[in-house]
Amino acid sequence: MLRIINGEVYDPIHNIDGEIREICVRDGYIVSSLEGGGRTIDAAGMVIMPGGVDMHCHIAGPKVNTARKMRPEDHRRDPVPKTSITRSGVGKSVPSTFATGYRYAAMGYTSAFDAAVPPMAARHAHEEFSDTPVIDKGFFVLMGNNEFIMQQIAAGEREKLRHYVAWLLQATKGYAIKIVNPGGVELWKFRGNVHSIDDEVTGFGVTPRQIIASLAETNTELRLPHPVHIHCNNLGIAGNWQATLETMKALDGQPGHLAHVQFHSYGGRPGGLFTSRVPELAEYVNTHANLTVDIGQVLFGDTTSMTGDGPLAYMLHQISGRKWVNVDVECEEGCGIVPIEYKDKNYIHATQWAIGLEWFLLVRDPWRIALSTDHPNGASFVAYPQIIRLLMDREYRKEALKKVNPKAIAKTSLPDHDREYSLFEIAIVTRAGPARMLGLGHKGHLGVGADADITIYDKQEDKEQMFANPRYVIKEGQVLVEDGHIRQETYGKTLFVSPSYDVAVEKDIREFFSKYYTIEFENYPVQLEHYLPRPHEVK
Amino acid sequence: MQYDHVVCAFCGCDCDDISVTIDGDRITQAKNACVLGKAWFLSHGRPSDLPVARIEGQPVSLDEGIEAAARSLAESRYPLIYGLSSTSCEAQRKSVALAEVLGGCIDCCTSVCHGPSGMALQGVGEPTCTLGEVKNRADLVIYWGSNPGESHPRHMARYAVTAKGMFIPKGRKDRTVILVDVRRTPSAGAADIFLQINPGKDFEALWALQALVNGQTLDSDAVSGIGLTLEQLTSLADKMMHCKFGVLFAGQGLTQTRGKHFNTSAAFLLIRAIHRHTKFAIIPMRGHGNVTGIDNVLGWQTGYPFGVNFSLGYPRFNPGEYTVVDLLSRGETDAALVVAADPVSSLPARAVRRLSEIPMIALDTHESETTRIARIAFTTATAGIHAEGTVYRMDNIPIRLRKVLSSSYPSDEEVIRRLLVRVKELKAC
Repeated sequence: MLRIINGEVYDPIHNIDGEIREICVRDGYIVSSLEGGGRTIDAAGMVIMPGGVDMHCHIAGPKVNTARKMRPEDHRRDPVPKTSITRSGVGKSVPSTFATGYRYAAMGYTSAFDAAVPPMAARHAHEEFSDTPVIDKGFFVLMGNNEFIMQQIAAGEREKLRHYVAWLLQATKGYAIKIVNPGGVELWKFRGNVHSIDDEVTGFGVTPRQIIASLAETNTELRLPHPVHIHCNNLGIAGNWQATLETMKALDGQPGHLAHVQFHSYGGRPGGLFTSRVPELAEYVNTHANLTVDIGQVLFGDTTSMTGDGPLAYMLHQISGRKWVNVDVECEEGCGIVPIEYKDKNYIHATQWAIGLEWFLLVRDPWRIALSTDHPNGASFVAYPQIIRLLMDREYRKEALKKVNPKAIAKTSLPDHDREYSLFEIAIVTRAGPARMLGLGHKGHLGVGADADITIYDKQEDKEQMFANPRYVIKEGQVLVEDGHIRQETYGKTLFVSPSYDVAVEKDIREFFSKYYTIEFENYPVQLEHYLPRPHEVK
Repeated sequence: MQYDHVVCAFCGCDCDDISVTIDGDRITQAKNACVLGKAWFLSHGRPSDLPVARIEGQPVSLDEGIEAAARSLAESRYPLIYGLSSTSCEAQRKSVALAEVLGGCIDCCTSVCHGPSGMALQGVGEPTCTLGEVKNRADLVIYWGSNPGESHPRHMARYAVTAKGMFIPKGRKDRTVILVDVRRTPSAGAADIFLQINPGKDFEALWALQALVNGQTLDSDAVSGIGLTLEQLTSLADKMMHCKFGVLFAGQGLTQTRGKHFNTSAAFLLIRAIHRHTKFAIIPMRGHGNVTGIDNVLGWQTGYPFGVNFSLGYPRFNPGEYTVVDLLSRGETDAALVVAADPVSSLPARAVRRLSEIPMIALDTHESETTRIARIAFTTATAGIHAEGTVYRMDNIPIRLRKVLSSSYPSDEEVIRRLLVRVKELKAC
C-alpha cells in the first residue's frame, strides 16, 4: 500500500490540472482511499503524472539486435555497470535490453511499444521483451507488404483478409497492425520501390492506397484497440508531403495513426533540398478527427537509423556512405539499418529538426499528437526531456534556433511560434494521449482502477532537468526508482491482442506456407506459455 | 508414436519438418532428416548410461556436482564460459548472467567459425535475407568456401537450389548455381559452374570482382595468382550484376583462412556494390544448430556478438583479447565452463593444453573429448529431443524446439540456473 500526498497532480484524462490531490495505491492499482498503514510519500513541491507511454520506438527484435551487433563503437562510449540489483549492459543509440528497461524507468516511462516487428521474428521480439526489465511492452506487427494480405486485397477477399489478420495477431502475440511503405518494401526485394500511393505493386495487382484502406477497414472491423499505424511511402524524400496527405485521405474517415510525421512532411522535388510543408499537413490533421500522429523528432548527434523501410535505408547509405544492413524477410517484410549523425549546421538536418517542432506547435489538439523520436531514428528516447524543454520554454527554443543552420530555419514557420506547452499538455503528449491512442484504458491516467504506474518529479524551472531525473518512479504500485537509482528490479507485462477468427482460413494459410515459407505452419505461432512471462491481453 | 514438424537442431538449417518415430524409450526413425540429422536423432534419442555428474571421472550426485562446479567457478579469478552453440537460447541467457556474476569472459563457437562475418557486419554492414527469400526469388545462387552437400545436406533442396518458390516456379531450372572453392568438393556436382581458386586467394578474387562490378578495368596481371582467368572473373561479375536476385552463401572457407574478416568484409562489400545493378544478399553458412542464437542472446544482453568480457562489471568486446583461443593460449583463463561444445577436439593444441591444466567444467549430452578431460562433467538432456527451448536458424529466424522424449538428465538451462544461484550465494559471502 502506498499513499502519495501533497503533490500537484496532472491527470488530463480526468481533467485534473495541477490540483493538490492524494493518490492511493493498493495491489498495483489506483484506489479511491486507503485504510491502515503502508508507505506515505510526501510529494510537496512535486509534480505527479501517470507513467510515461512511448507509443513508437524500436527496442526489440531482429532489426534492433542486428543494429546492436553492428555498432560496437556506439556501445563502447556508454557502458552500464551491473549493481547489486541490476544487470549490466550498454547504452547509446541502441541499448542492450536491460539498459533499455532501466533507462526508460529512470526517465519516468513505464510502457513502450516497438513499432515494427516482422511476424516471422515475433518470437525473437518476445525473447528480448523477457529480458527488458521494468516497463510494460508490446509491439506492432508489420503487414503492409505481406504477400498473403496483398493477394487477398487483390482478390477482393475481404473476409479472408480479416480472418488472416486476426490469425496473424494471435500467432505473433502482437498489439496492432503496422504498415511500412506499403508495397514499396515488396518491390525493394527486386530492388524497386513505389513512388506514389497509386503505383501498382508489380506482381500483386494492388496499390499502396488499397493496402492502406483495406487494412484500416480490417482494423475497424476487428475492433482493435489501436488504429492502423502507418509509416507512409517516400519517407525522407523531398516532396513526400503529398504522399502523406494522400495517405490521410485514403483512410477516408477511418481511424489511423501516422507515425513519425516529421519524416513525411517535406516539400520540394525528389533528389533536391526540401522545405517544410507542415502547415498544410497539420491543418489537415486539425480538421480530421480520425487522425493521430507521433512526431519522430530529430535531435542533433550520432544515432542509428533502423526501419522496416529497406529502400529508405539504402538511400541513407548512398548519401552517407556509412555501413548498411538490409534484411528481406520472406513473404512479409524487410528492414534496413544505417548509422546517422544529425548535424545542426546541415541544412537538411536543421530543417528536419525544425519540422518536428513545427508539428508540435501547429497541431492544436494535444490529444492527437504523441511525443516520439522514433527512437533511435531521430534520436535516442533519452532525449525526450530535451524535447519537453523545447516545447515548454520559448526562450530556450529561441536560443536553440540561433545555433542551427539559419537558412533552413528561415524557410520554416518555427520562428513565428510563441506557443509554450503547459505541464498539462506535456502530460497529454507523453502519457495520457498515447495511452488513449493505443486504447489502453488502464494506463495514462490516475483514476481508480488504473495501473499504479506513477512518476513524481521535483518541480524545477529547467524542464529538461526535471523530466530527466524523476524523484520517484512507481510501477504497479512499487517504488522502483528513487532519486535516479533503481531500487528493485521487476519485469513488466507484455500487452497483446487476441481477436477471434474463423479457423477455416487456416487451410489457405497452411497452403501458402507450404508453398512459400521455409518454416512449418505448425511451428510459426508464438506459444504464450513460453514467450510471454506476464501476458496481458488488451480487448 | 510419431511426432511431426519436429525441428532438427543439429546444423544451422534447423529444418522443422522432421517426423520422428518413438518406440519405447528411443527414436527409431527421423523422416525427412538428412544423413547428419538422422544420426543426430538416432544417437541422442536412445538411453544413455552416463552418470548425471562426475568429478575426476567418478560418478557423483547432481547436487554434489553443482556444489563443486559452483565453488570452482566462484574461486577462480578469470573464468571463461565457452561453447553454447548447441543448446537453447534459454540456457544461453542464463550463461551470460553467470559470466556477468563471475566477472569473467563468455565466448561462443562463433569465435572460431563466423566471428569474421560478425566483424565484417561491424565494419561495413550486411545485405542479407531469410532463406525463404532465396527459395522464392534467387535465380543466381553462389556457394563460396562452403560445401553444403556435406555440411548442410538439405540446404540445397530445402532452401536454395532445387526448391520451388513464388518467383522461381520451376525450381532448379530457374536458377544458376555456382560453387567457388579451393578444391572440387562433392557439392560441385550440384552446381552449374565450379570455379576453383587458389588457396588463400579469396580476398583477391572478391576484391577483383568488386572492381569489375564497379566498372573498373582490370588487366590479366592484376588477377594473376587467384586461380581464375580475367574472363572467368568477368563472366562471374556479369552474372552477378545481371541476375534478378542473387545470393552468396559464405562458408568457413572464407572465414577461417588467411584474411579472415578481410575476406568476409570483401564479400559483404562486393554484395553491397552489386546493389547499384540488382538485388543481392549474403548469408553466412552458420554451422551448429543454435550458434546464431548465442550471437543474438549476447547481442541483446550485452550489445556484442561474441568474445565478451565482464571484468569491469560491464560488457566489453575485443576479438583477440576476450576470445577463446587467445585467452587459453596465453594462459589467462584459470577456470572454464564449457557448454554444449567440444573445444578439446576442435581448438588449437596450445588452447587445449590450457583447458587440461585448469579446472574445467563441461556440460554435454554425450561423452566427448572435452567431457573426458573435464574435472567436473555433467550429462544433460538434449535440447530438441529431451528438452524444449528456442533456436535461431542461420538466417536469424527463431524456432521453438519440441520435446519428443523424456529424460532423467537435467537440461543445460537447469544446470546453469542452479550454478548461477549457487555462485551468487558464494560470491555474496
